[in-house]
Amino acid sequence: MALSDKDRIFTNLYGLQDWRLAAAQKRGNWDGTGGILGKGRDWIIEEMKSSGLRGRGGAGFPTGMKWSFMPKQASERPHYLVVNADESEPGTCKDRDIIRHDPHTLIEGCLIAGFAMGAHAGYIYIRGEYYNESRVLDAAIDEAYAAGLLGRNAAGSGWDFDLYVHRGAGAYICGEETALIESLEGKKGMPRLKPPFPAAVGLYGCPTTVNNVETIAVVPTILRRGAAWFAGFGRPKNSGTKIFCIQGHVNKPCNVEEEMSIPMRELIERHAGGVRGGWDNLMCVIPGGSSTPLLPKHICDDVLMDFDALREHKSGLGTAGVIVMDKSTDIVRAIARLSRFYKHESCGQCTPCREGMGWVSRMMDRMVEGRAEIAEIDVLEDVTKRIEGHTICALADGGVWPVQGLIRHYRPVMEARIADYKARHAAPAALPMAAE
Amino acid sequence: MSFEQPEHFAFDADSETEIAKILSKYPEAKKASGVIPLLYVVQRQMGRSTGSAWVPKVAMDVIAARLNMPPIRVYEVATFYFMFNMKPIGRHHLQLCGTTPCMLRGSDDVMRACHDAAGIRPGQSSSDGLFTLTEVECLGACVNAPVLQVDDDYYEDLDYDRTVALIEALKRGERPAPGSSIGRQTSAPEGGPLTLIDVGGE
Repeated sequence: MALSDKDRIFTNLYGLQDWRLAAAQKRGNWDGTGGILGKGRDWIIEEMKSSGLRGRGGAGFPTGMKWSFMPKQASERPHYLVVNADESEPGTCKDRDIIRHDPHTLIEGCLIAGFAMGAHAGYIYIRGEYYNESRVLDAAIDEAYAAGLLGRNAAGSGWDFDLYVHRGAGAYICGEETALIESLEGKKGMPRLKPPFPAAVGLYGCPTTVNNVETIAVVPTILRRGAAWFAGFGRPKNSGTKIFCIQGHVNKPCNVEEEMSIPMRELIERHAGGVRGGWDNLMCVIPGGSSTPLLPKHICDDVLMDFDALREHKSGLGTAGVIVMDKSTDIVRAIARLSRFYKHESCGQCTPCREGMGWVSRMMDRMVEGRAEIAEIDVLEDVTKRIEGHTICALADGGVWPVQGLIRHYRPVMEARIADYKARHAAPAALPMAAE
Repeated sequence: MSFEQPEHFAFDADSETEIAKILSKYPEAKKASGVIPLLYVVQRQMGRSTGSAWVPKVAMDVIAARLNMPPIRVYEVATFYFMFNMKPIGRHHLQLCGTTPCMLRGSDDVMRACHDAAGIRPGQSSSDGLFTLTEVECLGACVNAPVLQVDDDYYEDLDYDRTVALIEALKRGERPAPGSSIGRQTSAPEGGPLTLIDVGGE
């Protein structure tokens, strides 16, 4: 059973309607926002907890619980809401649609979330490449100010709330929340050691909560329609609706908001026109953005798209960027290109990542050619395990998981390539190939 | 590759207007937050005034003075982030995504088209000063892959021929409409949306 349009939160996902305030209000945004705030901070946080919403930026941490970590009492240190719009995980392009087509879902969510965590100011950190999207967001925020929905006594709630857009400048690492905070403070985006966590010491040393765009943008609808409504979708602990980005070797790549826990095959076939050449032409799928290990077809046949189901198969829902690869794919090259991405994006702070991402990338490039020894596959796997968990942030983990997934499921392909290379290069020198 | 660093840089009136708006976003004592936005202001002003959007060293010193921070802090930020050009670039910056989602959809062909039509390889600028080509990492428009960013705009769903046509148009001084090159409605499936048909609103 597919999600019906009446239960979709992002009703302007494709930009068929106007993004501006008047049209957004007709779609139901900003309906009774002051009244929602009137129910109080505790009610909002409890409702978010009961909705079962887990963060949509990749890690899947329960949102209501995260908000509850903010200090209850106001002090001389202001609280900040920071929205992570640095969408950079390869395979992910959902927040872009929210920002350019449905910005008022996000802005209204910022006011509510800001109030719930005692923040009078919020920053939306948007990746620098999304220039046109940031222009839309700026304009939408200006409209909200002009309509009294932001600023003093925002939306008639009695709560003052200012919201600002801050553009990043091309660094994947700034999607990591403490690197994002560093960047927002005007520094290189290098992650901080935790603890202290941002809820204690965040932006400008003040209590801060960083949430993903989609996480914040679903909040107003959840509170209007009720936690039980949202929790009614998906399996327990995997609640809600979710935007999936379906791409790669499918007939019709697209973004779509669907129910959590939808079977992967149904998602691909119903919304993206199926795998190119039919389901049996499927080789594997990266289910949740580049950091999540690939899953070969036999798992894809019946796996559900949610946090727990994908985790059972040693992968994850991540950002729900579904990268489909058919049997024509050079799977070693596809993963090697991801290794190059992580090498490029390592911030260089921790040695295992700075040196390791480069080493893994060079090794993977040799694996693409087959210019390696079979035993080096084990060396590669061993090194990835030594990198994993030994850095300040999760970039290096995300960088080695795809390689581990490749070795776990496609080792024979790697071995065959090495054997093939050896066969070609062990050939007698007296028989040169004409084509070479 | 050698190039000349200008000796002077001063913000023009347009830039000053922008800077006032930018600095109002941050607490008075936290003006350093303005460093990335001000680097953008410099790069844009250079684009306006010279046709090449880059960040000269003297401009970083001007930013440091304005934000009351040591110049080295500005240099390290400018060189950490990928979007600041530390040397002059062509009038149009062609930034081709080569990460796996685009690779699976044919970014190799788009790269070949960029080379054939603009006559340059990644990292190079064309001799007429019109183009600089860079292979970039994921641009975050993966359901519309492959993607080529030209200056601020994304051109999506490209193939070899449409990329050549785009570059030829830029050479003629035209600016084709950004977005899907096959007429898709943004991120909806080709042929039209299968969802969001029965929604209220307008």
